[in-house]
Amino acid sequence: MAEISADLTSTSKPAAEDRATPPLCCPAGMAVELAQIDDSGLRASDFAEQLRQHEDGSESLTLVVQNLHCPSCIRSIESAVEKKAGLLKARVNLSTRRLALRWDPKQTTAEPLLAAVEARGYHLVPLDPDQLESAEAAEGRELLRAMAVAGFAASNVMLLSVAVWSGLAADMGPATRTLMHWVSAMIALPAVAYAGRPFFRSALTVLRSGHTNMDVPISLAVILAAGMSLSETLRGSEHVFFDASVMLLFFLLIGRFLDLRLRGRARSAAENLTALKATAATVVSADGSLRSLPINRLKPGMTVAVAAGERIPMDGEVLSGRSEVDASLLTGESLPQPVREGAAVYAGTVNGGGALRIAVTALPDESLLAEIVRLMESAEQSRDRYVRLADRVARLYAPVVHLLAAATFGGWLALSSQPWQDSLMVAIAVLIITCPCALGLAVPAVQVAAVGRLMKQGILVKSADALERLAQVDTVVFDKTGTLTRGCPSLQNGATVDPALLALAADIARYSRHPLARALGRAATGSGRNLTVQEHAGDGLSTEIDGKTIRLGRRGWCGVDDGSADAAMELWMSGGDFAPQRFTFNDAPRADAAEVIAALRARGIAVELLSGDRSGVVGQLAEDLGIDTWRGDCRPADKIARLEDLKAEGRRTAMIGDGLNDAPALATAFASLSPAEAADVSQIAADIVFQGERLAPVVEAIGTARRARGLVFQNFGLAMLYNLIAVPIAVAGFVTPLIAAAAMSGSSIIVTANAMRLNLKSRSEGA
Amino acid sequence: MSALVYLIPAALFLGLVGLIAFLWALRSGQFEDLDGAAHRILLDEEEEESRKGQQNKK
Repeated sequence: MAEISADLTSTSKPAAEDRATPPLCCPAGMAVELAQIDDSGLRASDFAEQLRQHEDGSESLTLVVQNLHCPSCIRSIESAVEKKAGLLKARVNLSTRRLALRWDPKQTTAEPLLAAVEARGYHLVPLDPDQLESAEAAEGRELLRAMAVAGFAASNVMLLSVAVWSGLAADMGPATRTLMHWVSAMIALPAVAYAGRPFFRSALTVLRSGHTNMDVPISLAVILAAGMSLSETLRGSEHVFFDASVMLLFFLLIGRFLDLRLRGRARSAAENLTALKATAATVVSADGSLRSLPINRLKPGMTVAVAAGERIPMDGEVLSGRSEVDASLLTGESLPQPVREGAAVYAGTVNGGGALRIAVTALPDESLLAEIVRLMESAEQSRDRYVRLADRVARLYAPVVHLLAAATFGGWLALSSQPWQDSLMVAIAVLIITCPCALGLAVPAVQVAAVGRLMKQGILVKSADALERLAQVDTVVFDKTGTLTRGCPSLQNGATVDPALLALAADIARYSRHPLARALGRAATGSGRNLTVQEHAGDGLSTEIDGKTIRLGRRGWCGVDDGSADAAMELWMSGGDFAPQRFTFNDAPRADAAEVIAALRARGIAVELLSGDRSGVVGQLAEDLGIDTWRGDCRPADKIARLEDLKAEGRRTAMIGDGLNDAPALATAFASLSPAEAADVSQIAADIVFQGERLAPVVEAIGTARRARGLVFQNFGLAMLYNLIAVPIAVAGFVTPLIAAAAMSGSSIIVTANAMRLNLKSRSEGA
Repeated sequence: MSALVYLIPAALFLGLVGLIAFLWALRSGQFEDLDGAAHRILLDEEEEESRKGQQNKK
């Protein structure tokens, strides 16, 4: 058994890592295993495939930094490597949690650089370079470039247009006016051709498949306005719409870009997850030597060494060693299960205090973890594609706009004696007025305001339509461990224990990272004296005080066998000149769990509890929190089945869960939330990730989503009202470029200002 | 109106400079990490470097 020195520096890892690594991590146990491996960090074989050679001879590597989450980590990581010889670039990206390294292979290799970063307590995972250039990132850059061009063109054309408009009333001659129009044309035409491409492409695709969306009238308006303005300039006439066409593009591109950024975060998180799945395992060869192998190359029959605190890479059977395995992320079971020779262990669970040797029994694709990922993927595919509100409105709106413009053109052609160009100009004015930025901005403006507001409170919205879906939710399904509860036990009977004994127990417990020991450490401060503590994996801790061996641990191991065992989590302390003392623990619900459930009820939302934990424990919690509908012992498939039932009843469900076993359910539900401590897979599957100890973000997210939905409808109403007033004027042919510009920017500002009310209103509520 | 001969090109030139500057910033990856950029300004430079800087001034 590993002897733990009293030197606490070995256990006091940086707080940052403390949070990011799984709760079970005993550095001492790890030291035993690691002593046999020369280097605990990444080796060249781990990232040979991810390494990229450049033409100038340099090499680069992009890595996911698993426990990067605060801005000061940027400095800490970059300064760890920046003094190294041969380093060309080291840049941390906080948004994507990645580190990009580039170096000169003649002067250095990757290993010392990575070791320097890992020495500061960061866990690195190489990222496949093929994933870096995703289509969506390219799309984002294209939108941004288009937006810059449209913005440049809009400001300059408007500069010229304002001169013309004010000159019309004063003394501008036709020659100067035509010059201004020509300069505008030279700016606007290339700008429209460049900045309009995202809309033209989408419009073409939709038209080919025989449908229509909002991009069709937008493209039509922009192209027709620019084209007709060019012909009007040739004719030397008074009114051109160059400013309207580029301004329309500029406003709409803003909305489009905001929308894309919301989706971008989810994408980078998904890529990081793919990288995590490819981490390495330590394989024990036939001659006893250890080597590192990517998990996807493991084969059944291989022997894998798992150090204390490490994630178990593959389903297998324990060959040697005793430890506890924390399966809370996989099954929802809150307490680590002791394992010994012959026990089955599953990929994705976390090894506790002792080192293990495991015989691999399943292929990577057959592991329980892979099974859960598969369930999740199939759930995602079968989920009905949600049609976003804006698209649904566009589906109705676009044909109306087309008909209206066509009718205006036809009507003017038939009724007026003016040349056909004038009739077309009126029709274009109708198009410009009716497909205004107001509708394009109505939804993104509200969503950006809502997402920004939630982000400030630590609630991360991962998909653009998540808020729309969340607003319609009428049933909330909770997971238990780690969601309704904190996911870690806390001392229950602290008040009834002799304070001296409690202090002694806390002194001993702080040498272990077992969840119950940590709970003891949190409950009492202890005296801070130095002890020599031994950890006996699966049993408990022992120490010698005044020649007496004191044991803190399992009931039987502490010599207590009075048959009073019950379901509660417990630790015993015995061996001193006191009667054996029992400490009981429970997985306490989050502080505001009951309040949140009441608040959800008050909003007319039904609450259910589905957990993979034992029914007895689940039922007790459900009763405490006042949840009527609950089920325990749920496998992932059971949770999906329940959600499907609810869907069949016509309910719209929001699933809230944190474990790997919840991921398929999260993907199945109409909307889903997950706490930030959740398993990576669950965070990927969830629409919204919330941080913090409290559960209140759930209420806040649903409340904000509902308010946002209200505001979106208000904005649609405003846009419609504006159309009711402006369209008759446009059809009657009274719209000049000045009126069009004023109407367009006016309606956009009103809609955006209305969206900002989301923040004002809540502040006055004091929420 | 002869002033327009200078003013319009001047206005367009300044606008173009802004546009090119933005496109350059985009190309050189300055919009890749908006969260990090917001925080980097608050991070202290390495102490050694700042000391070197002071010595150079002397």
